[in-house]
Amino acid sequence: MSLEVGSGLTIGLILLVVIVVAALLITVERRLLGFWQERLGPNRVGWFGSLQVVADMIKIFTKEDWVPPFADKVSFVVAPAIIMTVILLSFAVVPFAPNIGVVDSNIGVLFILAMASLGAYSVMLGGLSSDNKYALLGALRAAAQMVSYEVFMGISLLGVVALSGSFNLREIVAAQEEGMWFVIPQFIGFVIFLIAGVAESHRLPFDIPEAEQEICAGYHTEYSGMKFGMFFVGEYLGLVLVSSLITVLFFGGWLGPAFLPPIVWFALKSGVFIAFFILLRAAIPRPRYDQLMSYGWLFLLPLSLINLLVTGVIILL
Amino acid sequence: MFTLIKDTLLSQVVTLWGVFMKLFDKKDTVEYPDEQPYMFPRWRGRIILSRDPDGEERCVACNLCAVACPVDCIALQKGEMEDGRWYPEFFRINFSRCIMCGFCEEACPTNAIQLTPDFEMAEYVRQDMVWEKEDLLIDGTGKYHDYNFYRVAGMEIAGKGKGEAQNEAKPVDVRSLMP
Repeated sequence: MSLEVGSGLTIGLILLVVIVVAALLITVERRLLGFWQERLGPNRVGWFGSLQVVADMIKIFTKEDWVPPFADKVSFVVAPAIIMTVILLSFAVVPFAPNIGVVDSNIGVLFILAMASLGAYSVMLGGLSSDNKYALLGALRAAAQMVSYEVFMGISLLGVVALSGSFNLREIVAAQEEGMWFVIPQFIGFVIFLIAGVAESHRLPFDIPEAEQEICAGYHTEYSGMKFGMFFVGEYLGLVLVSSLITVLFFGGWLGPAFLPPIVWFALKSGVFIAFFILLRAAIPRPRYDQLMSYGWLFLLPLSLINLLVTGVIILL
Repeated sequence: MFTLIKDTLLSQVVTLWGVFMKLFDKKDTVEYPDEQPYMFPRWRGRIILSRDPDGEERCVACNLCAVACPVDCIALQKGEMEDGRWYPEFFRINFSRCIMCGFCEEACPTNAIQLTPDFEMAEYVRQDMVWEKEDLLIDGTGKYHDYNFYRVAGMEIAGKGKGEAQNEAKPVDVRSLMP
């Protein structure tokens, strides 16, 4: 057993690290949000609040795991599992380092987009099966938002795919080793992917499916205990996934000066984007629902198409 | 197009930068149990009953505080001493009901009932939230140091007849024609 792509040890480590990081983000986010709101955040449990995640986990595991009698039992139970599964599956194609990864897939980008689309089922099933009007509203919003933002999420990536000539995420990183990081030639694509990524993982400012102030907690209103915890951790997993995708696609993945090992560069770059997403949550208010939709269809979709067109023209010249 | 970019992108970037710089600002919160916050003298916290400069209870059991209280947390019973002073036989405040609105302090004609900056009143047993007169009375005068109701009021008590209070004129003899 050694650290190579697809070995059992690597797969186990990736699963473990990704889930632990997602859980740790609960604490990290609360701390960072606190700092950016001129508070201190949770700092009582453990060293500077580092054990807060353990306390949160104990709380969430010991809570009553209640299925409402009016809910559709099967889909109610399945829904939170879908989002965890789907996002963990997406990590299969992410190249963490030259020797760390699960699969070296030729359709990596497509696989991730497909998995992201499946993630919409989790939210929709969760909302519909709850038989609760807030949950239903949240599910409707989530479905519309995720479907419409997937369109140009894919299109914004096509520039990168065209430049590197491959859907394989490892070859995309390799292409950036020869040339420059794709954030420079594909800056518009990067911005669009960033926005679409926030909408896709429905985090603030695009957390319209769960907007607490308008519709309670949206699709997971009726969830409690570990089923809620899976939605919760699934959201953070999505955050980690989007951050690592941005790193891989636009910021050269594991590439970096040789004094640090590749995996550390990857973690550093992803960490910056995770922090940036948390900053987005701290700083930017939530748009209205129709504003979000019209912004997506009327502004970002044409922009991504133009970006693709210009990229194609430049490549052909 | 330019205004669209300015509105959608530039203002967001400015916001992000502004919020990011909050990281280095002084935090607004204090770590409370380790670090005591400054309590303003007029803070409306735990209620006390004060005494006048002579050391007597200021409360004259007029019931105005109990009437003013919007949550009916004050209960008292009037008593009368041999010298004619009124005093509360019992004075009971249910702090589990009290909302610290300060209406009782405003209603009090003798400055007896006062609110203090103390807010640490948590108890494990609910019954402990009910404070009797012995718990409420303090030895000092509170916020008003030289006010003594019976010295300025016209009420007659032993040792001070009608018209002998401060700034009080002698009572008019309505049966006399003399000026």
